[in-house]
Amino acid sequence: MDNIAIELRGIDKSFGPVHANKNINLKVRKGTIHGIIGENGAGKSTLMSILYGFYQADSGEILVDGKPVAIRDPNAAIAAGIGMVHQHFMLVENFTVLENVMLGAEDSQILNKGIAKARVELKRLEREYALEVNPDALIEELPVGLQQRVEILKALYRRADILILDEPTGVLTPAEADHLFRVLEQLKSQGKTIILITHKLREIMAITDEVSVMRRGEMVATRTTAETSVEELAELMVGRRVLLRVEKGEAKPGEVKLAVEGLTVKDGRGVTMVDNVSFNLRAGEIVGIAGVAGNGQSELLEAIAGIRRAVSGSVHLNGKPIDVTGHADPAELRDRGLAHVPEDRHHVGLVLKFEECENAILGYHHDKRYLNGVFLNIDAIREDAEKRIAEYDIRPPNPRLKTANFSGGNQQKIVLAREMERGPDVLIIGQPTRGVDVGAIEFIHKRIIEMRDQGKAVLLVSVELDEIRALSDRILVMFAGRVVGERDPDATEGELGLLMAGVEGRKEAAE
Amino acid sequence: MDFFHVIVVLLESTIRVSVPLIFAALAGLFTERAGVFDIGLEGKMLGAAFAAGAVAAVTQSVWMGLLAAILISIALSLVHGYASITQRGNQIVSGVAINFIVAGSTVILGEAWFRQGGRTPALGEGSRFQTITFPFADSVREIPILGPIYSDLLSGHFLLTYVAFAMVPISWWILYRTRFGLRLRAVGENPGAVDTAGISVIWLRYRAVICCGILCGFAGAYLSLAMTAGFVKGMTAGKGYIALAALIFAKWRPFNIMLACLLFGFLDALAIRLQGNPLPLIGQVPVQLMQALPYILTVILLAGFIGKAIPPKAGGVPYVKER
Ligand SMILES: Nc1ncnc2c1ncn2[C@@H]1O[C@H](COP(=O)(O)OP(=O)(O)O)[C@@H](O)[C@H]1O
Ligand SMILES: [Mg+2]
Repeated sequence: MDNIAIELRGIDKSFGPVHANKNINLKVRKGTIHGIIGENGAGKSTLMSILYGFYQADSGEILVDGKPVAIRDPNAAIAAGIGMVHQHFMLVENFTVLENVMLGAEDSQILNKGIAKARVELKRLEREYALEVNPDALIEELPVGLQQRVEILKALYRRADILILDEPTGVLTPAEADHLFRVLEQLKSQGKTIILITHKLREIMAITDEVSVMRRGEMVATRTTAETSVEELAELMVGRRVLLRVEKGEAKPGEVKLAVEGLTVKDGRGVTMVDNVSFNLRAGEIVGIAGVAGNGQSELLEAIAGIRRAVSGSVHLNGKPIDVTGHADPAELRDRGLAHVPEDRHHVGLVLKFEECENAILGYHHDKRYLNGVFLNIDAIREDAEKRIAEYDIRPPNPRLKTANFSGGNQQKIVLAREMERGPDVLIIGQPTRGVDVGAIEFIHKRIIEMRDQGKAVLLVSVELDEIRALSDRILVMFAGRVVGERDPDATEGELGLLMAGVEGRKEAAE
Repeated sequence: MDFFHVIVVLLESTIRVSVPLIFAALAGLFTERAGVFDIGLEGKMLGAAFAAGAVAAVTQSVWMGLLAAILISIALSLVHGYASITQRGNQIVSGVAINFIVAGSTVILGEAWFRQGGRTPALGEGSRFQTITFPFADSVREIPILGPIYSDLLSGHFLLTYVAFAMVPISWWILYRTRFGLRLRAVGENPGAVDTAGISVIWLRYRAVICCGILCGFAGAYLSLAMTAGFVKGMTAGKGYIALAALIFAKWRPFNIMLACLLFGFLDALAIRLQGNPLPLIGQVPVQLMQALPYILTVILLAGFIGKAIPPKAGGVPYVKER
């Protein structure tokens, strides 16, 4: 029998009304890479944070190397040889790499000696694991990929034998993710134990030895990776069979609903973000805007939605102009049939401190349905929210719960339900499934296609090329603020990739 | 009086009025760098000044007075700490509350104990700080330029004045060269990083708040045991707020703090000097304008005209792990 590095017995944890972990049992074998998958909000981060002593379990036991240990705080976890790379990095942004690595492991009261030692040790780790990073660089000046490297170095510096990584690839480019996996393989070959949390099935299949699946706070299964399949894991995660691709019929485009003409947008520093963009969006079609993040898609969406002023150009909604260069009013646009699902739901789409039902009517609160004279009709609002919750399968089904306590996928459903259910003529959606789990992705995609089939015009911006290709009837590719090409959805990934990188587009524009 | 002499006198009084500002601003530096905003510097300083005046009057010992000032100021800091760190209350509200409580209770207690209209009894020689005269200060005064600078500007201040200026590099050293300082700055930027590194956020912030208490104690003691001989009600007269402005103006950096406090102190000294002395060409400068200048300068800074003041990222936000 192999050695067990970590064993969790009966771990239970609630955050107020949210039961995040329910009687969890888990065994992780020494020297393996153990994957933990589950939808967003399944309780993966919570479980690992308990193992790391960041949260305290309400009940349950933790065994390290077969011996029960009381992990009351991260210090105890570090002492037990556990290191963790958190989903949201725990770095001090205006400190150097070296200072971040040292923090909490400084050795002596006066920094000087510790600094010298840390420098030497860091060099050694860098060489050993090919984890180069300039020790004197400020964290805020490093790209996220390197920031994550610092987090890994922090754990190794503390001599972790068991390394937990929480959704490490979410912030990485494919090449960076490959490099990370090589590092993990190397750590494993040195006998370290790795727990890898992700919701990406492909990664689990590629690198793990064993995989445990969590669903709604419960540990539902553990499988040997070699003996399972993507389909089985997806089903375990969601609790039912999922379609990993979307089915949709022919589009039947109708009249032009949204006409964008020569739209140009500059950012606060005067840099052109959207450069003379023109296109038409018709009823009954989905137009996808593909592009690497930061090529003007966000600004384009915001300008159309009336929350960012354009410097020139025009936009017509249902044939009537929107004052995009002046004072376009999002509330008025909403009344005219334009619904907007913003990219950044936390800051723009929701007030996280509000109850679910309050967010469910945000921006529509002056709708007569929700009013009693000048007062809000709370009963009507809650009733409506409950209906929405049932239709969109928002969990937990509690309209009084603070929105911050919903998982990302469910928060997104709250926004979608709000914007879709008014029957808008034009729906513009930014990153519909960012941070959303497999089950909810399927649901959201279906809903978007349903909207199209009802004859709505849908403008979709996403950095997930797969999503764009699956949903769109036409694809516009943006690069450096310009639309550099239009393609059918059956264009190959390679072809779109070249456009997105700005290689093909320049040629096309020149011709 | 020749021009040079005027300058020396002006700078000498600049130093005198800057001392409590330096102490208080450095006090604010310690808590704010740890992420606990403190608008209660004023109240702590006032409480400390009262404690110093009262205890020194009763015990006839300047040292007991200083000790009392520090203890009271620490106690008030702990109240602020309990409200904002342990109970995760609003830091501004807690600070303002302390200011009001102290402003009222010093008068009530002073009146109850000493019956002098909120004052503490005037302190005699032994129960207050004396100025320190450097060796040969008298004999070198006649040397041009260097003489007056040595004898009038550098020599002849209170012990606490020298302590205040020494605290500037000491604070810098603590913040940037010690483990405590590294952790303190980290907890003001991202308490999560400190927590996951195995350090107690709560204890660390309490220690920062205690440092603030000690320094505010010095500031208060300086007011009632050195600058004047005894406590007078409301004697801080907004110095805590000026110190806060200096802290922001200095972008939360020790040496900048000293310069900002000297600048604000200079404006204060100048205002006193110009009272009733119209300037050639410009005429009478309203005192109110001079007194408002520190705040005006700080607002201009905050508006982004003089660089940018970036406060500690986690400042003012209680550390909450579980929503
Ligand atoms: N600090 C917290 N306070 C309150 N609720 C939380 C906290 N962290 C997570 N939750 C809730 O617990 C549930 C599980 O979350 P989490 O462990 O982050 O899931 P996962 O990592 O699998 O996406 C979610 O409903 C989430 O909203
Ligand atoms: Mg998570």
